[in-house]
Amino acid sequence: MKILTGNDLKTGEVVWWDGNSWSRFVDDAVDAGEEADIVIAREEAARRVNVPYALDAARDEQGHVRPAHIKDRVRALGPTVRRDLAVPTADKTGWDWVI
Amino acid sequence: MYKYDHYDQAMVDARVEEFRDQARRRLEGKLTEDQFKPLRLMNGLYLQLHAYMLRVAIPYGTLNSRQMTALGDIADKYDRGYGHFTTRQNIQYNWIKLEDAADILADLAKVEMHAIQTSGNCIRNISSDHFAGATYDELVDPRPYAELLRQWSSFHPEFTYLPRKFKIAVIAAEKDRAAMRLHDIGIQIVEQNGEIGARFFVGGGMGRTPMIAPMIRDFVPLDQLVTYAEACLRVYNRYGRRDNKYKARIKILVHELGAEEYTRQVEEEFAHLLGQGIEPPRDELERIKPFFADPPFEDGPKMVDRSDPDFALWVDRNTVRHKHNSYVSAVISLKPVGGIPGDATGEQIRTMARLAKQYSFDELRVMHTQNIVLPHVKIADLHALWTELDAADLGAPNLDTVEDIIACPGLDYCALANARSITVAQRISENFAAKRRTEELGELKLKISGCINACGHHHAGHIGILGVDKKGKENYQLSLGGSEAEDVSLAKITGPGFDEDGVVQAVETVTDVYLKHREDGERFLDTYRRIGMDPFKEALYG
Repeated sequence: MKILTGNDLKTGEVVWWDGNSWSRFVDDAVDAGEEADIVIAREEAARRVNVPYALDAARDEQGHVRPAHIKDRVRALGPTVRRDLAVPTADKTGWDWVI
Repeated sequence: MYKYDHYDQAMVDARVEEFRDQARRRLEGKLTEDQFKPLRLMNGLYLQLHAYMLRVAIPYGTLNSRQMTALGDIADKYDRGYGHFTTRQNIQYNWIKLEDAADILADLAKVEMHAIQTSGNCIRNISSDHFAGATYDELVDPRPYAELLRQWSSFHPEFTYLPRKFKIAVIAAEKDRAAMRLHDIGIQIVEQNGEIGARFFVGGGMGRTPMIAPMIRDFVPLDQLVTYAEACLRVYNRYGRRDNKYKARIKILVHELGAEEYTRQVEEEFAHLLGQGIEPPRDELERIKPFFADPPFEDGPKMVDRSDPDFALWVDRNTVRHKHNSYVSAVISLKPVGGIPGDATGEQIRTMARLAKQYSFDELRVMHTQNIVLPHVKIADLHALWTELDAADLGAPNLDTVEDIIACPGLDYCALANARSITVAQRISENFAAKRRTEELGELKLKISGCINACGHHHAGHIGILGVDKKGKENYQLSLGGSEAEDVSLAKITGPGFDEDGVVQAVETVTDVYLKHREDGERFLDTYRRIGMDPFKEALYG
């Protein structure tokens, strides 16, 4: 699947396109499919997100979304060396798939 | 310490208000990111992997306790309770909100600080010897010259849009503690025939094409220092490549022209500039110098009570000879075993500020090795200081050892990184500490970068590690034999890279080779230089 990410304009936090808006949680990300470029252009023009881009990801059997590239996986949860600052996730195995 | 005059303060205050307006327009949607990005970068505000990152300038790494306290307060008030001291003697915050950025700059301006020119293709923060003004082996204190160059390079209209970023270091001792020859311009203050002047090295750097700066002038009189620097920059600004960012640093220009031809062009420009009267009046340097005058040192005990072995170890490892024999410079390690190199909590930052006020004439230094120096500590006060540092988890006795690792933020924070560097540093320091081998290995400078941009100085490590992306997996290249000191050299890659477990083991393997071949008094680097790469390769790859 193709998902979209960027940074929140005000806070700089990593956000993911959930089909209607931008969510802090990667598990909310939806497949933007053919609409990816349209959504990116529209949301950036509306100043709702900073430097959005599309990336490859997969949804596992439990419904958790896992970005394909390590850099996006680190973006999804936070610094691996400061797990106390991680984005809260229902995915108990989250840190297992980051690296 | 230098104190802002009316002009300094007015410039910084005006910049805060200018940026406040720019940020407001961005938040209101009146500026696009493409329009806003160069404006925020001119104020040190990056967009990193997880959030905005603010890099604050610490000129030549010197701070007073009021400034240090403000840095700790910013960590707590606007960030997530910590800051990261960098390899260019600055501090950066990882979790900044755009809506707070102007307020942070205003808080910094109140203590004579800013984030101007900590990004962009301009002359960056001038760095220097972290023991300047305290060490026994310097000719003069290099900081007045660094300050003069700071004033010259701040808002310099001709050098705001250089082909690429530009870094200058100034030292005044034969011992190089500032990686001077790995800067775009390295300046060594020297004496010739009883006169003080400057020796210029131009075209050094790390990054994807590491180079050691050649000397282009062995002596520039002090009343021509700025003019000569201007000539070096002018030739670069005119002929440095702007078509390819990977070939845009001055080191490429000097390399492609050849040092001789580059020098000829600089001398030609210098001769032209001498007639233009651009050198600041000598009075300005004389005005600056008293800000860096010695504090009122007092005679006192020259020895410590060594009955506490932990204290004695810290004294042996983390204190450095001072020019006054009743004092030392004390290094506060920001490298606790298993910790994140260069990170300090807001509380720790304020503690260091308080201790500087109490024990070091209100002065601190940031080292490019991501530690903090209290430059002037009475030997008689060392035990009291160490007791407080230890209680604040700031008493690690590991200066210049295998635990004192330089590591860039790497893939955990940096948008440019390909691999994590902090985790590797943590595992290596834990490994050697657990096996109690740190002391046995002696001086061993290990440096880790998470990408080819080399913020972790891996090219200059006795042992260097470079993280790369290998088909979507982290991989680490090992290199040996680098030095950023007066015996400067660039490390050489050992061979194929390793995964994270592998590189931790590989570092242990090369230290085993060192111990096997070490002769009396040899550091790792000395042994490597004597026996060469082959025994290390044999042990690593068979």
